[in-house]
Amino acid sequence: MRIAVATFLFAPVLLYAQAGQRLFLEHCAPCHGAGGHDGFAANLAVPRLPHAPDDKALANLVKNGFPGTDMTPAFGITDNEVRQIVTYVRSLGRAPAQKVPGNARRGEQLYAGKGNCASCHMLRGSGGRQGPDLSEIGARRGVSHLRQSLTDPEAALPHDFLLVHITTAQGRNLTGIRLNEDSFSIQLRDLDGGLHSFSKTSLSAVRKDFGKTTMPSYKSFSAAELDDIVSFLVTLRGDL
Amino acid sequence: MNDLRLLTPLLCLLTPGLAQVSYDRILNASDREPGNWLTYSGNLQGHRYSKLDQINRSNAASIRPLWVYQIDRRDKFETTPLVADNIMYASEPPSNVTAIDTRTGRVLWAYKRPIAEGMPVCCGYVNRGVAMLDEKVFVGTVDGHLVALDSKTGNVIWDTEVAQWKAGYSVTVAPLAFKDKVVVGVAGGEFGVRGFIDAYFASTGKRAWRFWTIPAKGEPGNETWEGESWKTGAATTWTTGAYDPASNTVFWGTGNPGPDWHGDKRKGDNLYSDCVVALDGDSGQRKWHFQFTPHDVHDWDSTQVPVLVDRPFRGQQRKLLLFANRNAFFYVLDRDNGKFLLGKPFAKQTWAKGLDDSGRPIRVPGTSPTKEGVLVYPSVPGATNYFSPSYSPATGLLYVAARDEGALYFTEDKPWEEGKWFLGGRWIFKPGEERHGAVRAIDPETGNIKWEFPMHTAPWAGVLSTAGGVVFGGSDEGHFFALDDSTGKLLWRFLTGGRVLSSPVTFLSEGKQRVAIAAGHDIFVFGIQE
Repeated sequence: MRIAVATFLFAPVLLYAQAGQRLFLEHCAPCHGAGGHDGFAANLAVPRLPHAPDDKALANLVKNGFPGTDMTPAFGITDNEVRQIVTYVRSLGRAPAQKVPGNARRGEQLYAGKGNCASCHMLRGSGGRQGPDLSEIGARRGVSHLRQSLTDPEAALPHDFLLVHITTAQGRNLTGIRLNEDSFSIQLRDLDGGLHSFSKTSLSAVRKDFGKTTMPSYKSFSAAELDDIVSFLVTLRGDL
Repeated sequence: MNDLRLLTPLLCLLTPGLAQVSYDRILNASDREPGNWLTYSGNLQGHRYSKLDQINRSNAASIRPLWVYQIDRRDKFETTPLVADNIMYASEPPSNVTAIDTRTGRVLWAYKRPIAEGMPVCCGYVNRGVAMLDEKVFVGTVDGHLVALDSKTGNVIWDTEVAQWKAGYSVTVAPLAFKDKVVVGVAGGEFGVRGFIDAYFASTGKRAWRFWTIPAKGEPGNETWEGESWKTGAATTWTTGAYDPASNTVFWGTGNPGPDWHGDKRKGDNLYSDCVVALDGDSGQRKWHFQFTPHDVHDWDSTQVPVLVDRPFRGQQRKLLLFANRNAFFYVLDRDNGKFLLGKPFAKQTWAKGLDDSGRPIRVPGTSPTKEGVLVYPSVPGATNYFSPSYSPATGLLYVAARDEGALYFTEDKPWEEGKWFLGGRWIFKPGEERHGAVRAIDPETGNIKWEFPMHTAPWAGVLSTAGGVVFGGSDEGHFFALDDSTGKLLWRFLTGGRVLSSPVTFLSEGKQRVAIAAGHDIFVFGIQE
């Protein structure tokens, strides 16, 4: 019954988001990317948009553009379509709160203990930096995505965590996460958290592992343990 | 409108004996006075080449920034500034012009045009530069006007509406001035406008002629449009062309047909979209045309700068037109008649098996957009775009900033409505692909790439070559750099901190060579460190 009520309440939002997706792909994706995070314009797949703190502000941006920047208005769309885009854009960076099976408290223990997640992920200001900060991951990602990230982490990688292997002219090898790159240099964080910047002329090889990650699969965890971790992760919503 | 009128006396002091920028000066700009940059491409022939050689291969490593001029908006900054007699005239977004003392970087006057926010412009409130003739500076505006300013004060001399912005038109192109006229094109193809090229009398702002880039019913070429589709067929003209004084011919590139990605309702070649058209300078009458991409469904405007070159070709001295096209092919045409002489890819492309003997592409089946999406190289921004190529008579090479990236093209069927997007689909970059590019040196004799300078990102910046043996270019990462024109070897680089979306110029200030580029939201001026 509760599920039925939830479905009923969410149905308009889902329909709005579906219509919004079509409009988003037409008007926004060329610059922001199909996922809102993979274009050359601002990343929209985040819980908070700095220039659009609320839906009204976001609607204003969609309708009128961002004067003085590359962001042009989405011409020729109705106010209702603007609202549909707004709903969809919000959905890119915010997963709705979901109730999931599992015990969040046990999940937190697994996170800190057997899972060793904190060695790579930041949580509320402490932890590693090899992977994404998880402080708001419950607001950013849905249950199925979180579960898949645990069992098959290479299925959907975060877009700005490219694994690179470099070899210096002196023969030194280093593996890390790319932080930045241009035609002349590359910056990376090694697997111990150290920051490095290399002129490309000082390197004999740069190999990029597209689609690869250092994150291990947690397939070996039991179904109950996975439920527990996911149930913990969905509680991580920052103040959203 | 003019912020600094009080500085007019100072301007006079700065420019003793200021000569007007006569047509004769523009005509001989690159030969007689390389110390100035009097027209968009440095000369009317579209070369973007300078005879200045104070900055050269041997000292390029000592190039340093001298001053920076900042604008107060965050729009894309695509201007090519002009320089005459120690004053730089730079257009700024949305449709402003600023005169700057080249010695100090201080502003002399500023023309600020009020532009309402929210106008239908496809790709930002941009402007690519001004033209000069006699005592006037000409600028196109986002609200569809061409304005003549007094070069000493920035005061408006005349202001002519080129086309209505509410219909989707805007004028973002740098005008081209020759003889007694100023030629402009229009943007707005994404709104299903009908494109044209206009010439205005420089003295009065009255229109001298108009060439519609889509023939009307009953005119030759209209039959290449299905039904009434010609009325909304775009073929806009938003990048500066070239002018051949010897034959009094204007050469201008035209944009893609509309709607961009859905060609089913505009079956046919869609003339004169994606063409270079040769027009009589006095009447605007078409002499010939060459269509690069008949019935384009990928948004590959042919709005690149045509480069007019007299040089040997296959054993004969020829009058050539060189054109590196957004569709990824480099073309050599006979400038007298538009006859195709050579064509070869200069960037990654997957849409054509090649070109036939007439230069018509032999398409690869299955590369037209679909509802589900089709991967094609090049992407919508194309293998090159509005940013300028450069031809060096010293090396005989054409330098082009090239983009190697793919896109997924989708169709959608939507009717036309005035002032609203009329795209016929959508596109995204190929997901997961790192988009690279290069500066490439093309040998016009063969179309072969003599060298390339690879770039991590696909560039949006044009190139400049000089008698000093240097090619200047810019990157999307924010670098401005100098290459050896014979080898492509990097000589120098500087990180500006912002995307370079413009094309460089060079000039003399107090007898010393300077190089300028708009990057990020600034104009950077460089010289040799002393």
